Amino acid sequence: MSETKSGVVIIGAGHAGGTIAALLRQYGYEAPITLIGEEPLAPYQRPPLSKAWLKGEADADSLALKPTEFYAETGIEMLLDVRASAIDRAAHTVALHDGRTLAYETLIIATGARARSLPIPGADLKGVLSLRSAADAEELKASLGPGKRLAVIGGGYIGLEAAASARALGGEAVVIEREPRILARVACEILSDFFTAYHRARGVDFELGAFVESLSGADGHVNGVKLADGRTISCDVALVGVGAPPNDEIAQAAGLDCNGGIVVDIHARTSDPDIFAIGDVSHRPLPHYHRSFRLESVANALEQARQAAAAITGRPPPAPEVTWNWSDQYDLKYQFAGMPFEIDDIVLRGDPATAKFAVFHLTGDVIQAVEAVNAPAEFMAGRQLIAQRRPISRSRLADPTVSMKEVAA
Amino acid sequence: MPKITYIEHNGSEHVLDVKNGLSVMEGAVKNNIPGIDADCGGACACATCHVYVDAAWADKVGAKSAMEESMLDFAENVEATSRLSCQIKVTDALDGLIVRMPESQH
Ligand SMILES: Cc1cc2nc3c(=O)[nH]c(=O)nc-3n(C[C@H](O)[C@H](O)[C@H](O)COP(=O)(O)OP(=O)(O)OC[C@H]3O[C@@H](n4cnc5c(N)ncnc54)[C@H](O)[C@@H]3O)c2cc1C
Ligand code: FES
Repeated sequence: MSETKSGVVIIGAGHAGGTIAALLRQYGYEAPITLIGEEPLAPYQRPPLSKAWLKGEADADSLALKPTEFYAETGIEMLLDVRASAIDRAAHTVALHDGRTLAYETLIIATGARARSLPIPGADLKGVLSLRSAADAEELKASLGPGKRLAVIGGGYIGLEAAASARALGGEAVVIEREPRILARVACEILSDFFTAYHRARGVDFELGAFVESLSGADGHVNGVKLADGRTISCDVALVGVGAPPNDEIAQAAGLDCNGGIVVDIHARTSDPDIFAIGDVSHRPLPHYHRSFRLESVANALEQARQAAAAITGRPPPAPEVTWNWSDQYDLKYQFAGMPFEIDDIVLRGDPATAKFAVFHLTGDVIQAVEAVNAPAEFMAGRQLIAQRRPISRSRLADPTVSMKEVAA
Repeated sequence: MPKITYIEHNGSEHVLDVKNGLSVMEGAVKNNIPGIDADCGGACACATCHVYVDAAWADKVGAKSAMEESMLDFAENVEATSRLSCQIKVTDALDGLIVRMPESQH
């Protein structure tokens, strides 16, 4: 039977769900808020799991979005360790896996994404890990250290950060990537080459253009990655980082529009006006690019939390942001903004050999995206120029002696 | 615990006890104080934790890194007293610190 409570119900107590619960209270929302989370933990930040936390430089308290007592103090009811299993839109209720039913006035779906698993033999061996949750990260951390060799399958940011952390903890690391270059899906070739060289110089091995066929093991524990060319790359632990599909099944089953993620508008509203979807699970408009996309970043989760919280409390909508993200590897601060859609030129500013440079992606003289390594001014100015859609001089942009303030003037 | 006063742009004051070792940003965020967004969670990558540090405290909060300086250069409404609050660690020496928030972080 339905426990009458209503108000806002949030499915998914992750970065987006935790943020919007707190924001609603900040914005003066006074009705009940219920936050449903499948994980046993109150909302926490994932980025440090492959970075500072993995290297032992951040503790669990610092991961939490808010102290545990915050939720009780602000009247946010948290139901943890329980999965929402179905949405009944006509009845305005959510069914939980444990049999309970919750009524909602407004529903927010913030179920995120999950690590894709590899459908290959040996994927279920012990020591074959993924990295999405704090529990995953605990398991990975316990398997790293001196004498331990980490094989990362998939050369994306999280895998590269894990490789850097493995080295920092005194172990070995090898990155295995199917494409001829790492970061193929998310960064330009200059960046791929730069990161490959930087990691190699710090003892990380690479197998590029390598197709993983299976995982080998002994006594039920992984000990190698078998490639299509017949070689086996030995390892003590394998981290699978091959993408993260959206947890949108619950929305599909309820008949909400989905297209590789739950389709939402600029207020994060789904095809049902009483249901919002925010964070990694949503397929959202990108107003600066006149198209829609599923983004996987904290900045996106927070922007959509602000959009939905504003809509729910009747505040004016926030101004659209330029999407951005960052990654920390060794002493590198990598920041990128915008999306490289319909690019006809790229401009390199600075010299990758100095580990301080930026790559700008342009359509005509308008910057669409920027990738910056240890170059915060280029990142910040680039982000502003992307939003303004203002033409700049390419030759001045390419000249590091002309400051970014002058380029943007 | 050191006491820190956070003053929102609209003048609302929040006096909080913030644990040593946390950043000034974390003191605000963990207590759900509006006005400090901190999108990157303290990685010095977003500049949405911008505050003005009361002049009397300028020396005590320490110097800006080159990274912080460049990020701030491009933030909105920057003043000489601007800092990224995630880069200021709370210690006993900061007991009584006052920070003000800008009109917007975005
Ligand atoms: C290791 C790692 C490093 C990252 N680094 C960065 C970075 O440097 N910068 C950056 O911008 N982003 C980074 N990200 C991505 C960022 O963490 C995500 O974009 C962000 O967490 C998205 O928030 P979310 O709330 O949409 O999803 P999540 O934070 O994944 O939260 C979703 C929650 O919903 C729960 N859930 C799912 N289905 C149900 C259900 N049916 N019932 C109840 N609960 C459910 C899940 O268990 C999960 O707890 C990183 C991610 C990882 C894993
Ligand atoms: S929190 Fe992002 S720069 Fe301070």
